[in-house]
Amino acid sequence: MDDAPAPILRMRGICKEFPGVRALGDVDFRLLPGEVHALMGENGAGKSTLIKVLTGVHAVDGGEITLDGSPVSFTGPLAAQQAGISTVYQEVNLCPNLSVAENILIGREPRRLGRIRWKEVRRRAAELLARLELDIDVSAPLSSCSLAVQQMVAIARAVDVSARVLILDEPTSSLDAGEVEQLFRVMRRLKAEGIAILFVSHFLDQIYEIADRMTILRDGRLVGEYLTSELGQVELVGKMIGKELKDLETLENAPKDIAAAERSRPFAEARALGRPGSVEPFTLTIHEGEVVGLAGLLGSGRTEVARLLFGADHATTGELSVGGAPVTLRTPRAATNHGIAFCSENRRAEGLIPDLTVRENIILALQAARGWARPIPRRTQDELVDKYVNALKIRPADPDRPVKNLSGGNQQKVLLARWLIVEPKLLILDEPTRGIDVGAKAEIQRLVAELSDGGMAVLFISAELEEVLRLSHKVGVLRDRRLVAELPNDDDLTTGVLMETIASGGRA
Amino acid sequence: MNARERGPRVSAAAVIRHRLFWPAAVLVLLLLANVFFTPGFLSVELKDGHLYGSLIDIARFGAPLILVAIGMTLVIATGGIDLSVGSVVAISGALSCLWITGLEDQQSVTGVLTAVGVALGLALFLGLCNGVLVAGIGIQPIIATLILMVAGRGLAQLITDGQILTVNSAPYKLIGGGYWLTLPFGVLIVLAVLGITAFLTRRMALGLLIESVGGNAVASRLAGIRSRGLIVAVYAFCALCAGIAGLMISSNVSSADGNNAGLWIELDAILAVVIGGTSLAGGRFSLGGTVLGALVIQTLTTTIYSIGIPPETTLLFKALVVTAVCLLQSPAFREKALNRRRRRPQAAPASADPKVKVPA
Repeated sequence: MDDAPAPILRMRGICKEFPGVRALGDVDFRLLPGEVHALMGENGAGKSTLIKVLTGVHAVDGGEITLDGSPVSFTGPLAAQQAGISTVYQEVNLCPNLSVAENILIGREPRRLGRIRWKEVRRRAAELLARLELDIDVSAPLSSCSLAVQQMVAIARAVDVSARVLILDEPTSSLDAGEVEQLFRVMRRLKAEGIAILFVSHFLDQIYEIADRMTILRDGRLVGEYLTSELGQVELVGKMIGKELKDLETLENAPKDIAAAERSRPFAEARALGRPGSVEPFTLTIHEGEVVGLAGLLGSGRTEVARLLFGADHATTGELSVGGAPVTLRTPRAATNHGIAFCSENRRAEGLIPDLTVRENIILALQAARGWARPIPRRTQDELVDKYVNALKIRPADPDRPVKNLSGGNQQKVLLARWLIVEPKLLILDEPTRGIDVGAKAEIQRLVAELSDGGMAVLFISAELEEVLRLSHKVGVLRDRRLVAELPNDDDLTTGVLMETIASGGRA
Repeated sequence: MNARERGPRVSAAAVIRHRLFWPAAVLVLLLLANVFFTPGFLSVELKDGHLYGSLIDIARFGAPLILVAIGMTLVIATGGIDLSVGSVVAISGALSCLWITGLEDQQSVTGVLTAVGVALGLALFLGLCNGVLVAGIGIQPIIATLILMVAGRGLAQLITDGQILTVNSAPYKLIGGGYWLTLPFGVLIVLAVLGITAFLTRRMALGLLIESVGGNAVASRLAGIRSRGLIVAVYAFCALCAGIAGLMISSNVSSADGNNAGLWIELDAILAVVIGGTSLAGGRFSLGGTVLGALVIQTLTTTIYSIGIPPETTLLFKALVVTAVCLLQSPAFREKALNRRRRRPQAAPASADPKVKVPA
């Protein structure tokens, strides 16, 4: 396929299973010296698992990893680091209270007679940063540096520990444009020195700017390895999502009465609502009985839009009116009082209370709205819980089981039930069908259609474009934390059009 | 009600797996040890219309600890901790005694009631301060309550002017040392507080909301729970419990000692909560478990005296027993201990730790 130099790292037939899930199946991956290689895939495609397997966080169940031609098996990140594979994660794993120099050399300080030679520490740190063309005061505490600089320090440390393979796992997600440019300069510099860089990012523009080659994963399987210059953005999105463009064009959409939805009263209207660092100001109207889909890749700002509308973060610019009256949502509680409900995509961290039972988790939002002094009578609880356990087919159908013992799909249904029993006027669903089986997925889609027919406004966020198209009256497209387009779901709108809008940012 | 009547038979394994099995077992064990050393230990007799006996004494002397531990349970369930309860015990005792010494007639019931009201009011206020520091300003609970733990002793000293205040008030003596309906009055207070707490948390929805906030604060916020007010209320309630305990302790000895009243009671209370099976990480809590835990600690103290362990080693003995209880309760430890016993006959496999050889 190419005349490239021999790969420094090669993974063959990698398999990894977690209880009940096949995270990776027969994945091949290689990394050449002096290249920036992007690992692409939708959320849950297996990118993180591959990195964790590579760095020894998880043991492989099958397949082999060779480094410089000899097979290796790492017992942990430290062993991987000693062999020359370092990782810099999205959240900086450094000590903010120590100085820059200390952070770079911690654990490897030059010593004399057991005493740390501070001068030497600072000199070496400064030298290393100079090599990366960075001008940073090495004696300043790390906490005084910007996030971007902290990221550079983490990279400097990783490079100093082992200068062969560098893994950057979403390093740019919290950086602004200038900082990203600075990071890319450092990456190009390291590339020129022959270091192989594995780069993960959800920003397509960045991938096309920096990566030489990319490997695409989908559902834990290898889709292929491509040169960045030979794969267009639309094809890339298609391969990540798993549908060729021409297949998508033929998918039929249920006809929607778009005009009717537009005619009904607007329930929530956001005008230039935004929050710096979270999502740029957007304008969006959701009518009663309307399903508004939000499409866009992960990290494009879909969740951030939802959080602003729910008051989970509060907007610093723009205004929001609910039911015709302007409101300021400072807390989720304020939003629930206005009849807004939000099912978070992150059900473990932001949705369920793991120790509480299914019943308790389901009645929680309703109970919170009623206050502690008006407990929901046990009989009403039983009726509500039974109704939704049956309607959503929550299994096992035992309301007194701790919710942490349920499977992911059933946990999702519990979360959905929690918000359905409060009978909201606007239901925000962030990835409600992720990780649940086909039957339940259809069930939830049917439910959404039913609810909107009953007059409920729904904001439906999903990475699956078909699903968004099937349910929505109109679709908002997000890219790089900006609402780039708002498309009515008429006969002309197909997943192909959506993908092109995502890929081009609405410019084409 | 026997097992058969309940339908599904309750197996021995289910009993052992019950959350409260181990603390209950330890309590029974401690009581049995006492019976062994003091044959008449379990007997309770009626004298002058009062119940007497070692069991009654355990309940009577344990009452302040149980009260403090009940308040502590709710604080811990929200994921917090309250170190200041010992100081609040001292402050409330000191303030009520000071008020009573200032009365023209120390036997006046109204005067004593006012003293009690003033002391509990101050305790409630101090608890509110704790709650605001934790929930309003966001200081870590251990630090926020440490402030009052240290400063509170000073405040108690200030109230008593560094002296031990003694009072001679029959109505006040009733709170911690008196009897009503043959039972020690303190025990009745505990039963009342326990009943009210159980009602508020289990019959009302307070318990669910507290467990939710302690179990996952982020998710609770997104579910629309106002956790701030809840946390402030819980700290205030905890201080109120400590305040009542302070009244009991000072009333029992008819004096207030700003220095030593309630000293280290916060640690005993935390211990009682932990023995009762409530996780220090917050979430699920068990009031019944806490009461059992407090009784275990009080029985242990009684046992130490009754079986004649030299006073200089009592703390060490107490520590050993408490360590044993906590280990017994930990499923992880039990499993480990059992596995080791099972595995020992076979040679332990050499730990698989292949060193990665990498060419330089």
